[in-house]
Amino acid sequence: MLQQEIEISELRLITDLIKQKYDYDFGNYAMSSFKRRVARVLELYKMEGVPTLLRRLDIDAKFFKEFLAEITVNVTEMFRDPTFWVELKTHIIPHIRQNNENFSIWHAGCSSGEEVYSMAIVLEEMGILDNVKIVATDIDHVILDKAREARYHIKNMEVNKKNYTTFGGLYNLENYYKEESGKAVMDQNLVRNVEFREQNLVTGSAFSKFDLILCRNVMIYFNQTLQNQVLRLFHESLHKYAYLAIGSKESLIWCELANKFIVVNNEEKIYKKIRD
Amino acid sequence: MNISLTKSKYNLNNQYKAIVIGGSAGSFQVISKILQNLPEDFQVPIIMCLHRLKDVRNGFVEALNIKSAKLIEEPEDKEQIRKGKIYLAPANYHLGVELGNTFTISTEGMFNNSRPAIDITFMTAAYVFRNKLIGILLSGANKDGALGMKRIAEKGGLTIIQEPSECLIDTMPTSALKETAIDYTLTTDEILDFLNQLHYHYV
Ligand SMILES: C[S@@+](CC[C@H](N)C(=O)[O-])C[C@H]1O[C@@H](n2cnc3c(N)ncnc32)[C@H](O)[C@@H]1O
Repeated sequence: MLQQEIEISELRLITDLIKQKYDYDFGNYAMSSFKRRVARVLELYKMEGVPTLLRRLDIDAKFFKEFLAEITVNVTEMFRDPTFWVELKTHIIPHIRQNNENFSIWHAGCSSGEEVYSMAIVLEEMGILDNVKIVATDIDHVILDKAREARYHIKNMEVNKKNYTTFGGLYNLENYYKEESGKAVMDQNLVRNVEFREQNLVTGSAFSKFDLILCRNVMIYFNQTLQNQVLRLFHESLHKYAYLAIGSKESLIWCELANKFIVVNNEEKIYKKIRD
Repeated sequence: MNISLTKSKYNLNNQYKAIVIGGSAGSFQVISKILQNLPEDFQVPIIMCLHRLKDVRNGFVEALNIKSAKLIEEPEDKEQIRKGKIYLAPANYHLGVELGNTFTISTEGMFNNSRPAIDITFMTAAYVFRNKLIGILLSGANKDGALGMKRIAEKGGLTIIQEPSECLIDTMPTSALKETAIDYTLTTDEILDFLNQLHYHYV
């Protein structure tokens, strides 16, 4: 999938067609990773080149749904960056609770739900799961279905367990799932206060206000223009003095709205909205 | 080290904009030695993609920094590539270069069983820097980087591999040799000499 070189002009044809026909806008996705994803689709569907892909996208709406699922990068883990979760548990969440006993969290780009389950487990172990309303969104409905199902491959649980232990969870991760034919079936009770819903950060508008937004490893797939736009959406969706967490190798400092936030923890990339 | 200030045996008349270095098993000592002996005011940015443990976020860059003459940093997404800087691909992310000379990171699947994958760093850098790029591939136990070297060569960039007989494991450089023509096959000391000559050529 790395062999093929796809031209920028070809990528434009793809994003233009998709925008026109399906009302999804990938025009401001980061070029190099988007290009690799397109090359991967060509290989997966054994297409000789972009013209074949364009023809198929043009006539086959069902194929577009598959394309959407393939083009997004869904790689995720439970308790990814364990030190991030320690910081949430020991500082950020207690801080939020000083002002509101009940609060709300938005996972933007939740993928198959591992991050949401991690959050639910943290809240459960703090004894406050029922005080928190969680909304988890993603552009990719296929992956959202997986999040709702929460049946994860047993082999993926190795890294999840390791992360949970490093985080310093109170029990064993096994307490929260049962094994069924090679799958770890998560305890659905954990997500009783979670609403999973389809939302596109590119075209979506603010739908609620939150005390904490997690958008980790999502904006790395956007270019600076789109990052600016999405940060505006998050700014609008946060209460004043509420928190925003991004991936550990991302930064807001190049964004237009950066001055409306302060860094709370630079290592874990947690920000706080300080200006309306 | 004996640096000839007269005529270099290397072709350096090509305002290089960046150097990418890839390495895996057996490359740590080589990299350490290179970083230790690099002139402090070395100008061409160096972007390193080294295979490393996925779940160990801290420690690696610190270990390299202990002996390095220059500070090594793990770049963040969208960070501008700057002269005189040395960068290392972070754990569990692919590191790429984007038009406009910024970094881009990604969590997509592993390539050649690796994340970060050298091929991704090399290919994206070749796309952006074209013939103004130098690629150096060191010791390693898989074929990651071979396609990247091929791409660098296709764009007119300069390709260097570590002398296979000197490598702890030579799969990586020999895979590159099978994939593409390589400009120079050099030992660690010769790579150092090359970088020093490049440095003197630029000041
Ligand atoms: C790499 S995953 C991140 C998962 C999790 N947050 C983590 O850090 O492990 C990126 C997710 O972002 C989603 N995504 C990409 N573009 C999006 C968009 N425009 N709107 C909403 N979600 C998007 C993808 O579908 C994917 O599930």
